[in-house]
Amino acid sequence: MGNPRTLFDKIWDSHLIETQDDGTSLIFIDRHMVHEVTSPQAFEGLRLAGRKVRHPELTLAVADHNIPTSDRSNGIVITNEESRIQVEALEKNTKDFGVPYFAMDDIRQGVVHIVGPEQGFTLPGATIVCGDSHTATHGAFGSLAFGIGTSEVEHVLATQTLLQKKSKNMEVRVEGALPPGVTAKDLILAIIGKIGTAGGTGCVIEFTGQAIMDLSMEGRMTVCNMAIEGGARGGLIAVDEKTINYVKGRPMSPKGAAWEAAIEYWKTLKSDEGAVYDETVIIKAEDLVPYVTWGTSPEDALPITAKVPSPAEARDAGKASAIERALKYMGLEAGTPLNEIEVDHVFIGSCTNGRIEDLRAAAAVAKGRKVADGMKAMVVPGSGLVKEIAEEEGLDQIFIEAGFDWREAGCSMCLAMNDDRLAPGERCASTSNRNFEGRQGRDSRTHLVSPEMAAAAAITGKLTDVRDLLKEGN
Amino acid sequence: MEKFTTLTGIAAPMPLINIDTDMIIPKLFLKTIKRSGLGVHLFDEMRYNQDGSEKPDFVLNKEPYRNAKIIIAGDNFGCGSSREHAPWAIADFGIRCVISTSFADIFHNNCFKNGILPIRLPKEDIDKLMDDASRGANATITIDLENQEIKGPDGGTIKFDVDPFRKHCLIEGLDDVGLTLQREEQIKNFEEQRAASMPWLVR
Repeated sequence: MGNPRTLFDKIWDSHLIETQDDGTSLIFIDRHMVHEVTSPQAFEGLRLAGRKVRHPELTLAVADHNIPTSDRSNGIVITNEESRIQVEALEKNTKDFGVPYFAMDDIRQGVVHIVGPEQGFTLPGATIVCGDSHTATHGAFGSLAFGIGTSEVEHVLATQTLLQKKSKNMEVRVEGALPPGVTAKDLILAIIGKIGTAGGTGCVIEFTGQAIMDLSMEGRMTVCNMAIEGGARGGLIAVDEKTINYVKGRPMSPKGAAWEAAIEYWKTLKSDEGAVYDETVIIKAEDLVPYVTWGTSPEDALPITAKVPSPAEARDAGKASAIERALKYMGLEAGTPLNEIEVDHVFIGSCTNGRIEDLRAAAAVAKGRKVADGMKAMVVPGSGLVKEIAEEEGLDQIFIEAGFDWREAGCSMCLAMNDDRLAPGERCASTSNRNFEGRQGRDSRTHLVSPEMAAAAAITGKLTDVRDLLKEGN
Repeated sequence: MEKFTTLTGIAAPMPLINIDTDMIIPKLFLKTIKRSGLGVHLFDEMRYNQDGSEKPDFVLNKEPYRNAKIIIAGDNFGCGSSREHAPWAIADFGIRCVISTSFADIFHNNCFKNGILPIRLPKEDIDKLMDDASRGANATITIDLENQEIKGPDGGTIKFDVDPFRKHCLIEGLDDVGLTLQREEQIKNFEEQRAASMPWLVR
């Protein structure tokens, strides 16, 4: 039947309600996740217009950005008044509009993009949105997932639909296998370094190839999560057995006959042989090494074996002045080997790398070692459930013994909206997704790395090729 | 939503590439539960010192750009976070149009929901406008959305493209939610068909 279609085409076609002459389309949204920062004005809009939430049962709310990650054994107190008001607004709005909400003290609370997959709210083939650019994460399940603004949050709450123009479809094919010590995070940093932070603008990126399909679901989520850092609103990966096994038995995933019907359909969620992409980029996995960022854009990613670049190496005048500005902001000199850059903070967590596999990987490096003198290293699990599993496995003890601060779940120092933030001039090796100016605190300096590389930096006190530590053995 | 027909005003040059939404409005100001009042915090860390005093070199702290209504920006403006606080802050400052070679997708969408016109132009046109904008008092340009034209200070015109549906919504000041709710029958039909063909998506 018909022309071969890409995975993106298939999901798009199955959610299309109607298309206007100019291509503007109304698409149905299957799942809508809501957090406290980008939703208050949307609920207020509904109130002012006297509108209801059309499908509260397809909506799931959780507070994550403002949540403190300090010890919760004596309850949770948000000391910043504005943060507290914002979380209270979410509690009130979800109650008033009948939207399911995981409260702060619920063990299921966590970063929205960790919670969705964990609960089986995220399903293959679904359209998933959230007022948060890292919604791209859910594309790891073969679902069309993208971030939206608050006006669109209101639109989805009121209508369960969105007005969209169909994006272009880029393929990033990662051929071969990743070498040992090279992770999903290194891969996506390498991809962004290659295509640039605007490389995927106007596109949904489908990640294909052996190295992608070899990744665990956690690794695939890390890759799709940062599709937005390459400019793409969504990342996509075909469904396979790993996807189905991950979804199976989760609290909100389908059961019984619905499950059987679902997996029959989900198995078709891959691009057809001969399907055409608007653009294809090929990466050779075997050439990759651990990556770090040196500057203030995720595209400033380089192998750990490289040196801080000079403006003279820039592709054009715009990039040259951006490099100059970034060097000044980051307090770095061109030509410095990246593995000589000293850091005073390490952050392990976020929707990019706050899942159980990430914590296991970091713990494997930290085990039996001690963090460097003066190092402030923190581990923030992505959800209460991730924390619980980690503690069952004894990972918390490994981190604590090594000198890491073991904390409660939340977005934390990924964007520093709560109290977890850097002071001016402090430098952090971070498993998060953005190294923008001021991201982890005013005048803070961020180097994006994998969980393994973050743990290695905590031990040595500088950006470090984790493969050297792995060679030594714990 | 405020209508957008024509706009005449000072254009501020911001040649930096990859201006992200964290720069446009830092997270400190995302804790609001309102849409209004963010203009004073627009570009906060670039615009103010830590003690709250102005950084004199920042373009919007200089005359005549304090009253800018238009920004001419470097490539990939608005990348990063989806925060609609970015266009809210821009609009609250009094800027109704941003012109660049490219915009990040979410920011681009968010602009249209807030009466801001983002215009994409080729590099040569941006270079020309950046030069015009750098000429201070002579940096006044006019955006005519109906005719899709930018009129520069020296009388030259630049044509631009805009999505027809979005142009219509901006000119009429239309609210998307109201428009979509008129499609009730189509949405309902879709929901029924979805419940039958993909029952596992129903909760």
